[in-house]
Amino acid sequence: MRLIFRIPGPLLSFTGGRHVVEAEASAAEATVFTVGAALDQLWRLYPGLRDRILTEQGQVRPHVNVFVGSDSIRDTGGLSTPVTDRAEIAIIPAVSGGM
Amino acid sequence: MVDVRHVSPKNGDALLMVGTMKGAFLFRSDASRGRWQRGGPYFPGQAVYAMAYDGRAGRRRLWAAPESLHFGAVMRSSDDFGKTWSKEEEGSIRFPEDTGASLKRVWQIAPARAEEPDVLYAGVEPAALFESRDGGRKWSLVRGLWDHPHRPQWQPGGGGMCLHTVLLDPTRRERIHVAVSTAGVYRTDDGGKSWRTAHKGVRAQFLPDKYPEFGQCVHKIARHPARPDRLYLQNHWGLYRTDDAGDSWKDVANGVPSDFGFGMAVHPHDPDTAYIVPLESDAFRCTPEGRLRVYRTRDAGKSWQPLTRGLPQKDALETVLRDALTTDGFEKAGVYFGTRSGKLFASRDSGTSWSQLADGLPPVVCVKTAAVAKGRGKK
Repeated sequence: MRLIFRIPGPLLSFTGGRHVVEAEASAAEATVFTVGAALDQLWRLYPGLRDRILTEQGQVRPHVNVFVGSDSIRDTGGLSTPVTDRAEIAIIPAVSGGM
Repeated sequence: MVDVRHVSPKNGDALLMVGTMKGAFLFRSDASRGRWQRGGPYFPGQAVYAMAYDGRAGRRRLWAAPESLHFGAVMRSSDDFGKTWSKEEEGSIRFPEDTGASLKRVWQIAPARAEEPDVLYAGVEPAALFESRDGGRKWSLVRGLWDHPHRPQWQPGGGGMCLHTVLLDPTRRERIHVAVSTAGVYRTDDGGKSWRTAHKGVRAQFLPDKYPEFGQCVHKIARHPARPDRLYLQNHWGLYRTDDAGDSWKDVANGVPSDFGFGMAVHPHDPDTAYIVPLESDAFRCTPEGRLRVYRTRDAGKSWQPLTRGLPQKDALETVLRDALTTDGFEKAGVYFGTRSGKLFASRDSGTSWSQLADGLPPVVCVKTAAVAKGRGKK
């Protein structure tokens, strides 16, 4: 299964400047592959990203939005949201976080 | 993109570390402290509530805790005065899983005593104390305070549920005071294993019981190193002094226009001298009468005198926050403070006269000082 991640500018220091990161994941048949499992693939490539996107308790930070396609996972089941092959997962700072 | 400038402090120089709501700045001068060069902004766009200088064991290390509103707070250190910084993923402060808590903000970074050069403490929000014993590479939660039976009942103040001050006793290695808003002053005498309240006599204006067991809104405590049992306290209404390490506190709000305020600093050489910047009230947190006045006591709080020379005395509705007032260790003491409106003021004659070092900074939330000594490169 192929996953495509879009990384926001403030986190490019963790990915060597890559805005788009692609990852391969093997999903067993008949199991639902989730955003949480997809992000685990991203942390495997760039471990430092995890604590910037999630709190240490494993929740998406309140001012970070994660989209699958054009849907925010806040509306679709959070980290349990299913993803399919070639899903595009975008990590975007929320407008609410500015000051 | 913002232009980042750097400073190159030399042996014997004075260094100011200024944390703001949108980045950190450095100011350096020679020991005369007459002309200052400015470096920064470092971490532009991020709030920097905590900075520190670690000059122990030959280090020349800056610490800062930049906080992205999106991506959280991290610990960063620099051994070249801000030209390069440690990686964001190094030295993270993380709450253990069983606490269910997540780090929101680092309020205080406190290098420990010279004889334990690899020990540092950090006061954070939600209110907790972290300790590092390897120079800041790894941090662990001080469980004795986290497990205190009072802690689940502590309430956040306007600034959040923060452990904002950490004071290490220079003579008793096992004694640490911390101040928490809104909880009060807690003290350990066994290196952090057990803690008890140390705010007897401090009033809680905003509670039905004015002298509760805990719940005082302590804004800042300051200790004089030469007389470690003496501390001064700026409360959410109230100025206090203790001469017995917090076992009892005495009201010393004598002759001040208001006993509301945030910052509190002690003179580096005289335990009878302390500084505050009174604010009008909790409802109107600005300098009274539009006059920016630092108040100084030279008799341990029996009386306070306004210091105004060089400070604006008309239409100056300023706010000085809890970590934005400090002193340096030079023989002729320097006193420094930053305002929420982005001004930075300095005195090099113990507060008698002042000059403005900067204007137009983002809101200042912390000001720290250091005297730069010759480095030996300890990592």
